[in-house]
Order: sequence, then structure tokens, then C-alpha cells
Amino acid sequence: MANVTNNRPLSPHLQIYKFIPTMAMSIVHRITGAALYFGTLLVAAWLIAAASGEEYFNQVNWLFGSIIGQIVLFGYTWALLHHLLGGLRHIMWDIGYGFEKEFSTMLAKANLVASIALTVLVWAIVLIVR
Amino acid sequence: MDMRTPLGKVRGLGSAKSGTEHFWRVRTTSLALVPLLLFYIVFLIAYGGRPYAEVVGALANPFVATINGLTVIASIIHMRLGMEEIIQDYIHSEITKIVLLILNAFFSLAVGGLCLFAVLKIAFAG
Repeated sequence: MANVTNNRPLSPHLQIYKFIPTMAMSIVHRITGAALYFGTLLVAAWLIAAASGEEYFNQVNWLFGSIIGQIVLFGYTWALLHHLLGGLRHIMWDIGYGFEKEFSTMLAKANLVASIALTVLVWAIVLIVR
Repeated sequence: MDMRTPLGKVRGLGSAKSGTEHFWRVRTTSLALVPLLLFYIVFLIAYGGRPYAEVVGALANPFVATINGLTVIASIIHMRLGMEEIIQDYIHSEITKIVLLILNAFFSLAVGGLCLFAVLKIAFAG
């Protein structure tokens, strides 16, 4: 018996479509979500250290204050803000607004720009407050 | 042609037997997380990197502890559901999928349990 499934036409997959901003922000939303998932370990480490006593807390504080720690936290801030802004776009779509092509493309770009701008702003405030 | 009765459709809740619950939970927790995380960001701007006594003193404040606890609860529900969606989308082998879904639930509960314990210990015992 011939293998019929081998001869079936394939539906076009991702690589056949032009990569557009809404697609990019869609997958970035998922990637930042997954990053935040594992990033909760950072929050857990901070809270558990605070609950465990001064010695542990100082160790975690030192680690977060190191250059690598600061880079990771900067990335974590960006992932959080990007996912948060992306979530607001999703809420907008869920209640039935913002499906127009130009508008959704504009918002996808704005999501990236705003998330980077807000991350820089948050860290600027942190450095000023310190 | 649809052979199912309206009652059957409502009772059956589709092939996954959970209806729109997954979707709805993701949305309600995301809504809750918007103000909670905005507070959290402001809190971390103020207290991130501060000395031990100062941070613990702030975390012990009843208002901060409550926000902290609610943020942890909303976060672990949201992250478990989100990771569940990713696993179901990309993992096609049944056994791997089930193992990962269980690990996902365990990881979320473990992180959430540890965070909640820490929050409550600081609030009640310092």
C-alpha cells in the first residue's frame, strides 16, 4: 500500500510569510513570559534571603549588586515591562478593539520602544535614588 | 450538522472538559497583576539593594506584605497557565508532555510556597 500521507500537500508554515512587527512581538511576548517564569527564582531568592537572616540577605544582595547580577536584573526588568505592555495589548484585543492593520502594527512597534524606554527610566530612577 | 443539544454543549465544555476556564484565569490574573506589579516595581526601586534591616522593616509592613502575598499568588497561577500553554503548543510526545506539565505545576507551587512562606515569616516574625 502506497504511503498516502507523504503525498499530501503541506500547508505553508511560518517561513513563507513576511516577518512583520505583530508576529515579532507575539513571539517576544511568549519568550519574555517564559523568561519571567524562571525569573521568579530571583524574586524567591531575594524574599527567602530576607526571611533567613542578615547573612544570607547580604550574600544575595551582593550577588544582585555584581555586574552580572545587574545585567540579569536589567534584562528581567525589560522582560517584565515588555510582557506587561504586551498583556495590555491582549486585554484590548480581548474586549474587541485594536484589530486594524495599521493600528496593531503601530502598537507592536510602540510596545518594543516603550518597554525599552521604561526599563531605562526605571534604572535611571534607581541610580538617582541610590 | 451539529447533533449536540444546547445543554450537552454547556455541560460537556468541549473536548478539554474545562471550557474557557484556562483562558479566563489567564486574563483575570493578568488584570490583577497590572496594579500589583506596578506597586512591586515602585517598591523595588525604593528598596532594592538597601540594607537588611531597612528591607525587612518595609516587607513587614502589613500593606506591603498583603500586596506581596497577592502578587505571589496571582503570579504563580498566571505563570503555571502560561507555561502550560507553551508546553501544550510545542511538545507533541504524550509522555514528555505529561511529565513537563507535572514539573510545571510542581515548580510553580514550590516557588509560590517558598515566596509565601518568606513573606509571612517576615510579616509575623521579622
